Amino acid sequence: MRKLMAFLAGLIFGIGLLSAGMANPAKVLAFLDLAGAWDPSLALVMVAAIGVAFLPFSWARAQRSSLLGAPMQLPGKRELDRRLIGGSLLFGIGWGIAGICPGPAVAILLTGRWQVLLFVAAMLVGMVVFAALERRRG
Amino acid sequence: MSIDWYNFTPWSALAGGALIGLAASLFAVMNGRVAGISGLLGSLLERGEGRGEKGLFLLGVLIAPLLWQLFSRLPEIQIDSGWLALTVAGLLVGVGTRYGAGCTSGHGVCGLSRLSPRSLAATLSFMAAGFLTVFVLRHLLGA
Repeated sequence: MRKLMAFLAGLIFGIGLLSAGMANPAKVLAFLDLAGAWDPSLALVMVAAIGVAFLPFSWARAQRSSLLGAPMQLPGKRELDRRLIGGSLLFGIGWGIAGICPGPAVAILLTGRWQVLLFVAAMLVGMVVFAALERRRG
Repeated sequence: MSIDWYNFTPWSALAGGALIGLAASLFAVMNGRVAGISGLLGSLLERGEGRGEKGLFLLGVLIAPLLWQLFSRLPEIQIDSGWLALTVAGLLVGVGTRYGAGCTSGHGVCGLSRLSPRSLAATLSFMAAGFLTVFVLRHLLGA
């Protein structure tokens, strides 16, 4: 049941990205281009997503297990550190270069564009490099 | 700043955003997990726990366009970047989201929805870096 739910949630997530315009890199870059002809659409994506998710997450935060009996695994860490900010800045630079973040990259991977395949391959290499550096750090 | 009203798509943005929020809510309430794509990918690569559910969520995202195409034409997907830009961008997104412990979905949607101060700081950081990068590339370097 949990596996079916995970699959359905992923499907809805992907459909949402596609309909929102988040999966169109040119539109993402138009949103990030404040000094050009600014397309504010994607701000509304975030407003709507948070508007819908706010109450369910408030409920979920206070639970020890999910409705399907899984342990509630929402992160509880609150401290800010250099890794969080530095990593997010690097991510933002990459996002600003191509207009693609991880969700949309997965959502358009199978639409037959070499650009997405290349981007995802590089992204996975980046993640593997991170994992290797973490292992050395111990 | 001038607003591009012609390409402004408020209704599809709100509807798509609502679906994203619904999906993230279901994954949290039903599975007790954060729908953060970079975290899910990283966890699969590092053989973390719960790979079945995480992999199935990602599979759902992956086949969404195929399901979409059964009913209608895919919306426009335009990518103007060349291979070098795509490679550099992919590497930065991969490393950055793992160090920063999240991306637009994990921090931007799930994290802000549960009022996490870490996610607020991360979201402000990657948004600022994104705005600045586009400004530098388009308006200073003219790329």
